[in-house]
Amino acid sequence: GSRRALRGRGRALGSPLASGPPVTCRHARSRNYVSESEVYKLESVPLDFGDYHPLKPITVTESKTKKMSRKGSTSSTSSSSSSSMMDPLSSVLDGTDPLSLFAAAADPVTTTSTMDSTRKKRDKDDSSAVGSDFEPWSSKRSEILARYTTTEKLSINSNILSFAGKAATPGSAVSEKVRTRLEELDDLEEGSQKELLNLTQQDYMNRIEELNQSLKDAWSSDQKVKALKIVIQCSKLLSDTTVIQFYPSKFVLITDILDTFGKLVYERILSMCMDNRASLPDNFSPESVNDTAKETCLNWFFKIASIRELIPRLYVEAAILKCNKFLSKMGISECLPRLTSMIRGIGDPLVAVYARAYLCRVGMEVAPQLKESLNKNFFDFLLTFKQIHGDTVQNQLVAQCVEIPLYLTLYSPAIDWILQCIAYRAPEVLLTEMMERCKKLGNNALLLNSVMSAFRAEFIAARSMDFIGMIKECDESGFPKHLLFRSLGLNLALADPPENDRLQILNEAWKVITKLKNPQDYINCAEVWVEYTCRHFTKREVNTVLADVIKHMTPDRAFEDAYPQLQSIIQKVITYIHDFSLLFSVEKFLPFLDMFQKECVRVEVCKCIMEAFIKHQQESTKDPVILNALLHICKTMHDSVNALTLEDEKRMLAALINGFIKMVSFGRDFEQQLSFYVEARSMFCNLEPVLVQLIHSVNQLAMETRKVMKGNHSRKTAAFVRACVAFCFITIPSLSSIFARLNLYLHSGQVALANQCLSQADAFFKAAVSLVPEVPKMINIDGKMRPSDSFLLEFLCNFFSTLLVVPDHPEQGVLFLVRGLLNVIQDYTWEDNSDDKIRIYTNVLHLLSAMTQETYIYHVDKVDSNDTLYGGDSKFLAEINKLCETVIAQILDHLKTLGKEETLKRQSQLALYFFNTILAHGDLRNNKLNQLSVNLWNLAQKHGFADTKTMVKTLEYIKRRSKQPEMSHFTDLALRLPLQSRT
Amino acid sequence: MGTALDIKIKRANKVYHCGEILSGVVIITSKDTVQHQGISLTMEGLVNLQLSAKSVGVFEAFYNSVKYTLRCDMRRSLLAKDLTKTCEFIVHSLSQKGKLMPSPVDFTITPETLQNVKERASLPKFLIRGHLSSTNCIITQPLTGELVVENAEAAVKSIELQLVRVETCGCAEGYARDATEIQNIQIADGDVCRGLPVPIYMVFPRLFTCPTLETTNFKVEFEVNIVVLLHDDHLITENFPLKLCRM
Repeated sequence: GSRRALRGRGRALGSPLASGPPVTCRHARSRNYVSESEVYKLESVPLDFGDYHPLKPITVTESKTKKMSRKGSTSSTSSSSSSSMMDPLSSVLDGTDPLSLFAAAADPVTTTSTMDSTRKKRDKDDSSAVGSDFEPWSSKRSEILARYTTTEKLSINSNILSFAGKAATPGSAVSEKVRTRLEELDDLEEGSQKELLNLTQQDYMNRIEELNQSLKDAWSSDQKVKALKIVIQCSKLLSDTTVIQFYPSKFVLITDILDTFGKLVYERILSMCMDNRASLPDNFSPESVNDTAKETCLNWFFKIASIRELIPRLYVEAAILKCNKFLSKMGISECLPRLTSMIRGIGDPLVAVYARAYLCRVGMEVAPQLKESLNKNFFDFLLTFKQIHGDTVQNQLVAQCVEIPLYLTLYSPAIDWILQCIAYRAPEVLLTEMMERCKKLGNNALLLNSVMSAFRAEFIAARSMDFIGMIKECDESGFPKHLLFRSLGLNLALADPPENDRLQILNEAWKVITKLKNPQDYINCAEVWVEYTCRHFTKREVNTVLADVIKHMTPDRAFEDAYPQLQSIIQKVITYIHDFSLLFSVEKFLPFLDMFQKECVRVEVCKCIMEAFIKHQQESTKDPVILNALLHICKTMHDSVNALTLEDEKRMLAALINGFIKMVSFGRDFEQQLSFYVEARSMFCNLEPVLVQLIHSVNQLAMETRKVMKGNHSRKTAAFVRACVAFCFITIPSLSSIFARLNLYLHSGQVALANQCLSQADAFFKAAVSLVPEVPKMINIDGKMRPSDSFLLEFLCNFFSTLLVVPDHPEQGVLFLVRGLLNVIQDYTWEDNSDDKIRIYTNVLHLLSAMTQETYIYHVDKVDSNDTLYGGDSKFLAEINKLCETVIAQILDHLKTLGKEETLKRQSQLALYFFNTILAHGDLRNNKLNQLSVNLWNLAQKHGFADTKTMVKTLEYIKRRSKQPEMSHFTDLALRLPLQSRT
Repeated sequence: MGTALDIKIKRANKVYHCGEILSGVVIITSKDTVQHQGISLTMEGLVNLQLSAKSVGVFEAFYNSVKYTLRCDMRRSLLAKDLTKTCEFIVHSLSQKGKLMPSPVDFTITPETLQNVKERASLPKFLIRGHLSSTNCIITQPLTGELVVENAEAAVKSIELQLVRVETCGCAEGYARDATEIQNIQIADGDVCRGLPVPIYMVFPRLFTCPTLETTNFKVEFEVNIVVLLHDDHLITENFPLKLCRM
């Protein structure tokens, strides 16, 4: 109806003007867009996609003709692929993008690959290096430090910390020097040992770090004896087993220092071997070591051999084991067995097993091919195994109030490590033999556990049923059984047991796990077995397991202490079940989520699930089970947002929720889709990016509808589209970002216009117009305050371009919206020294000239714009001309105010900008305009701020244009435009 | 930093034998030209004699007091100080000829085998067995053997090897005997596993040992004590005389 009313109005306006005086002063030149476009559009050349295209994947080939020393040289050639691609950009996405190709061809990779091959070669030669498949000690360190902690007070020998550093008197005879040194060593060993008591674990660790530092300091200041003393004192700490539950961590800290020391000594001696020319190759022979270096090395060994106490002597010698390479070829292989049997002298079985672990560690690093010593260490350990239950150990445990099960777990890191060294690339036979040996010993749970931690998962998995049998036979009072099941579970997460055993394994294991009373023991075990369950079984078993976990963790709110494990269970479940309708049909999944009652954890879990959904959900969905569950999850995330939530967090949550919203589709059921958006809006009202997404989604929905109806809305679809528009209209004001609101008003207005909702479109545009005065000078972008002018300028230009096609409302005046917007621009408080307003005004002239054309440059399908409504009515044109004059007057006023010294440059630029506008859009046959343009030209050049090149080019352009038909008046113009040469 | 003098002996370990030539260089480092009135090199062998504390009028000279030094002097004009640098070196006696006969020793220690026991009844029961590979030792090779605590009522606290040097010197008027512990090495710490052999292993310290020496007036001998310390502070010692030689 409104369209007809507008037409009527157009005619009504036309009649009185027809008889009025003709318009004499026309500002805009008339355009024929169709012919212009034909003249100016680029010639289209058919593309042969088989040929070179800049966006096509580039294959990089290393040019082999060049010298090998210049490895970096790569040449890129574009390969011609035979398949013709419709979109060169899409081909970028299928895994062969040029960047990754470059990366693949880049140097580091080639060098590593050559390194790999040389390493492999070396492995074959003497297997002197451990491969990357060996889990290094460094990865065990932090785990041990985190696991073996204490709240009890520790003590440390204080004179370690106060090394006086008596300087040896220079010039004294060698033997004397040595004597004093040895005395000093004795001093420290026998000297009054004040103990620094009452250290917390953290204090203790800090002290040890201090020692590590003072070792390095002593070394670098050439106080080698002091360095040795520090190391001896440190390793002495390892004979102390008070606060036994901290022992594994203490071992880690102190062996770090020993490693440092070993490295320092080795490098020092290596540097002595340096010839003038080069250092020794990696696999040097002792013959190539000079006498001085040998003597120094020998000195170290003699010094260490005279250390009184067993444990420091053992550790320090082990630390410099590698130095044997300087002395003899067989050194290491003779030394290792000796040190191995030396450990037999250590009475405390825990201290001994850690000493063995250290020896194996050094051995693996220095001479991994010497397997014998590794095995010997393990067998010796087995021989002393009975000591654990002897009186000495038991008395100690009673004194320290440590239970046997806890005590036994202290052995695990050491035994695990020894077994890992043994098992590395070991033949199956050896592993079987080791297992048999463990079986023979009485309480073998501890060993069994270590076997499961250290041996290859495939080996364990293949014998799962055997292991379950052995675990069952273990003594209840010994090593904690749940740890055994946990270890087994860890193996089964990595390797698959025989197909036929799988269910039985789960049943047997779970039978034991479910009986665990302590919730922590239970959850540690269950966490691991969930992975096995998800890996091999269906939703039914997963559901049973989840139900069992809920049952165990709910009483006494036990879940509160197990969030990390529960989180990991969820992680595992969603890693294996990507089908979300299946996932949510696991009945206990959502009740499981209810256990996450601490908000931050709950949100974390929700985030994980949403990330998985966005990553794995391939097709959009309308499955009510998924929708309900995910809406619930998203709601949880949304509700966690409060005033203290960080911007990043909000952005992330919003992105996840948006990802979900985009995946929801009800197909052709548009009404259902809209009501989903309405529901989502009510749920996620606190996250602006989600609201923005919803507005876009609804706009898209409206456009979809239009597409389906091919532009001709039925009564029903028209009503539906209006509902969409209404949704946007009431949602936009709730946004706080002003530019989001402005752009969405404009965008939604365009959608409304496209759907022939003219009055609604008007409402959007009016809202946008009335919002412009509220735009602040500065806006917050990514946490920084930035001036808003460029954003406003961009928005206004965009807005004006839209207004060209918006038909006038019958009850409002001509160009109501344009005038409104101009008024707002006029009243807006612009930055004092900015020309933005004038630039906009100049752009408005472009719009006004476009509006006077007989047929507009673009239209909205099925909407009559003003060109049709007024049909070039002269009163309408007069209105436009009047507007033009007003705007031009404004511009000229402004140019006048720029006459001051410091603003002359701006004046020149603006004058030229305005000149160009007139040149492009104005009708220069209009004398006034012609004179104005000449004045502007002169103004631009008046103070020497004009760029001569630009002026010359502009003039050339005018001359060229003058040769075109109906443009002869440009010839006169060109004559009136002088070029000012700069002096 | 003025002028400096340094002696560099060719052999890194500074060990020489009778009849050998000790060679090397004297290094003079200086920024400017050095004026001097001669550089001299002196070799000195010194035995430090001291009055015996035990018998009046007798001089004693023990192992520790034997010393060989090389000394370099640079005489300079009145205005500059003379420069001196000394450098110690070691003289090893010539290798002994003939073959060393290994002399392994087995030992068993029980309360019954002990001497010097006041109240044998109060001793805890124990049985310690072991052997030394040889009591005739080459000085550059370690002392080796094995020790097994077969059983012990009291917990073992520590087992140590004590190396003792016994020097005797004097003449008809009287002898002075001096026993010095020159090294103590712990081979077991804590209550060792019963029945498991613990290695005996000790490197002879280079500067405090020499081949066993027997002359009429002067003797240097070595012994090793195996010391077992029990938790109730009982100390059990078993003594083994050693014969060291250089081969």
